[in-house]
Amino acid sequence: MAFEKNFFPRQVVEAGNRWDWALLPLVLAGLVLLGYGGAQMTRPYHLGDALPLTLDPWQLPYYLLRTTLRMLLALVFSLLFSFAFATAAARWRAAEKVLVPMLDILQSIPILGFLAITVTGFIAMFPGNLFGVECAAIFAIFTSQAWNMAFSLYQSMRTVPGELQEAARVFQLSAWQRFWRLELPFAMPGLLWNMMMSMSGGWFFVVASEAIAVSGQNIKLPGVGSYIALAIEARNLQAIGWAILGMLIGIMLYDQLLFRPLVAWADKFRFEEGGQETAPTSWLLTWSRRTERIAKLGERFTHALESTFTWFRVVHDGTSIRARPHVASGTLARAWDALIAAGGLFAVWELYTFVHAEVGFGEVWHVFLLGCATMLRVVILITLAALFWVPVGVWIGLRPIWSGRLQAVAQFLAAFPANLMFPGAVVLIVHWHLNPDIWLSPLMVFGTQWYLLFNVIAGASSIPSELRFAAGNMGLTGWLKWKRFLLPAVFPSFVTGAITASGGSWNASIVSEYVTWGDTTLEAKGLGSYIAHFTATGDFHRIALGICVMCVFVMGMNHFVWRKLYRIAEERMHF
Amino acid sequence: MEKHGPPIIQINDVRKSFRAADGRERPVLEGVDFTLREGEIVALLGQSGSGKSTLLRIMAGLIGVDSGTVQYRGQPLYGPARAISMVFQSFALFPWLTVQQNVELGLEARGIARAERAERAEAAISLIGLSGFEGALPRELSGGMRQRVGIARALVTQPDVLLMDEAFSALDVLTGERLRDDILELWTQGGMPTKAMLVVSHNIEEAVLMADRILIFASDPGRIRFQLAIDLPRPRIADSAEVRSLIDEVYALMTAGAGRADRTTEEPEALRLYDRLPEADIARMEGLLELLAGPPFHGEADLPKLAEESELTDDELLPVARAIDLLGLARVQSGDLHLTLVGRRYVDGDHTVRQELFGQQVLENVPLAAHIRHSLEQDPERALPEQPFLRLLQQHLDPAEAERVLKTVIEWGRHGEVFEYDFHAGSIHLPDDQQDEAASRNSIIE
Repeated sequence: MAFEKNFFPRQVVEAGNRWDWALLPLVLAGLVLLGYGGAQMTRPYHLGDALPLTLDPWQLPYYLLRTTLRMLLALVFSLLFSFAFATAAARWRAAEKVLVPMLDILQSIPILGFLAITVTGFIAMFPGNLFGVECAAIFAIFTSQAWNMAFSLYQSMRTVPGELQEAARVFQLSAWQRFWRLELPFAMPGLLWNMMMSMSGGWFFVVASEAIAVSGQNIKLPGVGSYIALAIEARNLQAIGWAILGMLIGIMLYDQLLFRPLVAWADKFRFEEGGQETAPTSWLLTWSRRTERIAKLGERFTHALESTFTWFRVVHDGTSIRARPHVASGTLARAWDALIAAGGLFAVWELYTFVHAEVGFGEVWHVFLLGCATMLRVVILITLAALFWVPVGVWIGLRPIWSGRLQAVAQFLAAFPANLMFPGAVVLIVHWHLNPDIWLSPLMVFGTQWYLLFNVIAGASSIPSELRFAAGNMGLTGWLKWKRFLLPAVFPSFVTGAITASGGSWNASIVSEYVTWGDTTLEAKGLGSYIAHFTATGDFHRIALGICVMCVFVMGMNHFVWRKLYRIAEERMHF
Repeated sequence: MEKHGPPIIQINDVRKSFRAADGRERPVLEGVDFTLREGEIVALLGQSGSGKSTLLRIMAGLIGVDSGTVQYRGQPLYGPARAISMVFQSFALFPWLTVQQNVELGLEARGIARAERAERAEAAISLIGLSGFEGALPRELSGGMRQRVGIARALVTQPDVLLMDEAFSALDVLTGERLRDDILELWTQGGMPTKAMLVVSHNIEEAVLMADRILIFASDPGRIRFQLAIDLPRPRIADSAEVRSLIDEVYALMTAGAGRADRTTEEPEALRLYDRLPEADIARMEGLLELLAGPPFHGEADLPKLAEESELTDDELLPVARAIDLLGLARVQSGDLHLTLVGRRYVDGDHTVRQELFGQQVLENVPLAAHIRHSLEQDPERALPEQPFLRLLQQHLDPAEAERVLKTVIEWGRHGEVFEYDFHAGSIHLPDDQQDEAASRNSIIE
C-alpha cells in the first residue's frame, strides 16, 4: 500500500477521503453522547431521593438518550447471553437437556415478573449509586430481548448444513474458528431479525422498566418511559403526544443508524440462493464503506479477530492420540439424567409446599380461573384480528405496489408501543361507562395484531405467480377461491404471525388488563391484572403464583396448539 | 501403467453400522478391506445406499468405525488429518467468504501467517484457473467455477490424498467433463501435490476414464463386490473401443445380481418383504420401455446405448432398469436389457391395459405391495394407516430409507390401482370401485 502511494503524491497527506470528513461529525457526536449518557448513569443516589423529572418537552431529547442507551446496553448483554447459551446448548448434550427447557420457561415468564423479583437485589449491589437502579431497568429490558435471540441462535447452530460442518472438520477448524467462520455467519440473518423483534418488545415495556413501581419502590429513572408515566399521573395528554413523537424518533434513529446498516451488511450471510428480490441498502453503510479511515478501523477489528484464530486452533493432527474420540460414558449420562429428574421433582415439591404454606390451593384455583379468562380473551381477540387482517393482508399482498410499502408500515406499527394509546381508551371507557372486562380486552391485541398483518402480507406476496394464473384460469371465485387457494397459501405465514401475536398478547395482558390514567384505575378480571395488581402492592408470593400459572398457560398453548399447527403448515402447506 | 507405490491409507476388516429407529444396529459396511497406494486413482461405484460415501467419510476421518482398523501411513487415523483433503458434492463453500478466504480456510485453521496464506492461495487459485476471481463471493460464480474453488481449497493445503465425493454430479455434463479433464491433466503432469485420489461416483464413464482401479460396491450391507484394474494410458478417449468395452463390462458387473448380497446367479429371485425398492419414477419406466420396444432396439438393448439414447445419467437409468426388471417387464442380463412377453403386451396395450398389467406385476413381484393389498382386503374399513407398514420397514432400514421404500410402493400401487393413498390422513385404502368386490371375496373366504 505504502509503495503504491509514492506514485500518487496527492494522496500522501493521510487524512482520509471526503467521506471520512462527512462521517466524522456523526461519529464524534455519537461518542460524546454515549460518554455523557454513560456518566449520567452512575451518579450517586440514595433510596428515597427524588430524581428530577419534568414534563418539559425540551427535556425529551435527553430522556430519549438515556432510554436509548439503556436499550443498547440491554441488547449487548442479550447478544452475549445468546452466544453463551447457544454455544453451550448446541455443543454439549448434557447442557442442552437443562438449558432448552429452562429457556422455554423463561420465555413464558412475563417481563414485569423479573423486575419484581430482582429489583431489590440490584439496588443492594450498588449502594449509594444510581447504577443499581439502572441495572434493574436494563435487566428488565434484557429479559424482554434475550430469549428469542438465544433461541434463534441455538436453532441456527443446530441446523448448519451437514456438508459445511464436514468441510469445517476436514479443514480442522477449532471450535472457536468454527463459531466465527461458520456458525455465527450462518445464524446472522435470523439473529438480526430477532434482534429487531426484541427491540420492539423493549420499547413496549419501556414504561414498566423505567418507572419502577414494584415491591413498594417508586423510582422513576430519567427516560422516555418515566416521562410517559409522569404524564399519565398528571393526566397530561399533550405530554403523551410529545412522548409519542419522541419515541417515533427513537425508533427511527435505531432503524436508520443501527438496524438498517446491520441488515444491509448481513445480506452477505444469506444462505439461500436465488436473489431476485432486491438486496437491502443503507445509506449509512454505503457511506462508511466509502470512507478510508473508518473503513480501516473496521478492517483492523476483523484482523484482530482473525489473529485470535491462531491462538485457538487445533494443534494436533488426526493421527495423534489426542484426536482419539472419547467414548461417551453411559453411566455418566444416566447419572446426569437422574440428577435432572431429581431437580425437577424437588422443584415440584418446593412448589407444592410453597403453595400449601403461603397461598393455599383455593387461591391456585382462583388464579387458574383468571388464567382461563385471559386465555378466552386472547383466543377471541386473535380470532377477531385474524378475521379482519387476513383478508386485508391477502388483498394487499397480491398487489405488489402496495405490499412492499405497507409491510414496512405494519412492521413499524408492531414496534410501536401500543400502550401509549391506553390512556385514550381509559378516557373513552370512563366517558361511556363501558364494562372494562370487555372493553379493555382489545388493548391486548392492539400492539400484536400487526404481526398477523405483516406476516400475511409476506405470505400472500410470495404466492408463485403461476399458481395465481392457474387459479384465475380455472375461474375460481368467491368462497371457493378462498377455501381452495388463498387461505391454504397463506396458512404457514399466518401461523408464524399468530404465534408471535399470541405470545405478545399474553405478555401485554399485564399492562392492558390493569390500566391507570391519573387516579382512575380500570381493571379487567384476568391473570394479567392479577399479576399487575400484586406487583404494585409487592406481594411476592402472589406474583410468583401468577407468573407460574401464566407460564403454564403459555407453554401449554405453545405445545398443544401452535406447534401442532406449525407442523401441519410445514408438512402439508408449503410450495 | 504406472507402478503403484507404498500404501497411504489402509483399511482392514472395517465394520460400520447405524442405529435404526427401534434402536437396532443396521450394518452399512461390513468386512471392507482396502488399500489406497501412492500414484493411483481409485473410483468407488455402487447403487445409492451401498455405503461408498460412508467409506469415503471414514477415510476422511469424519466417521469412526465400529470394528476394524483405519491407518494413514501406518498410524491409526482417529479424526480428520491434514494430509487428507476432500471435495464435496454440493461444493460446501462458505457463502459469506470470498473465493480467496474460502481457499485460505484450511491454512487459516492451521495458523499460517497472512502473507504466506495469501501467496499459497493465489498459487492454488491460478492452478485451477480462477485467477481474477479472488474477491468474488461464491454466489456470483457458476456451478463449475464454484467446484473449482472447492478443489483449490482442497489442494492448497498440499494434501497427500484427495477424496472426491461425487464432485461432478451437481454440474451439467459439459462442465463436469471439462473440470474432470482439467484435474486429470494436472494429475498426469504432476501439477498437484497429491499422491493418490479416491473418487466416489455414480457415472460409469467417469469412473472408467479416471481410475486405475474401480471398486464396485454391493449393498445391504455395503461391501466391495468386484475390483477392476484399468491399465489404459491417459488421456483416455471416451469413444475408443477399449473404453467402450470397459464401460460395457462395468455395466454388466453393476447390474449382475443387483439387489441382494447372497445372490450368485443372474436368475431373478423373489424380493423379501422389507427389501429396498429402486426409486424409479413411473413415467420414466414407461418411457424406457417404449424406447426399448421401438427402433432401433426392438426389444433388446445395451445399457450404455440406452443411457445415451434416453439421455439419462447412470444413476437415473440404473434404478429404472432395475425396477422394470423387478416387475418382470424386462430382464437385465450381462449389461443388456431384454423386453419380456409381459413387457411387450404392456407397451402394445392402451392406457387401461397398461394400468391393469402394471398392477398385476406389482402384486406378483413386490411382496410389500401384496402384503398391503392383503391386509386391506382383510380390514372391514378397507383402509389402514401407513404407520404399521412404515414400522415394519424401519426394523430393517434406516428411517429415511424406509420412508422412501413406502413412498415408492405407494406410487406403484396407485398407478396399478392396487390401492389408493390419502396424503392428509396418511392412510392407505382400496380403490372405491374395488371395495364391493373385495367385500364379496371376503365373505366367500368367511
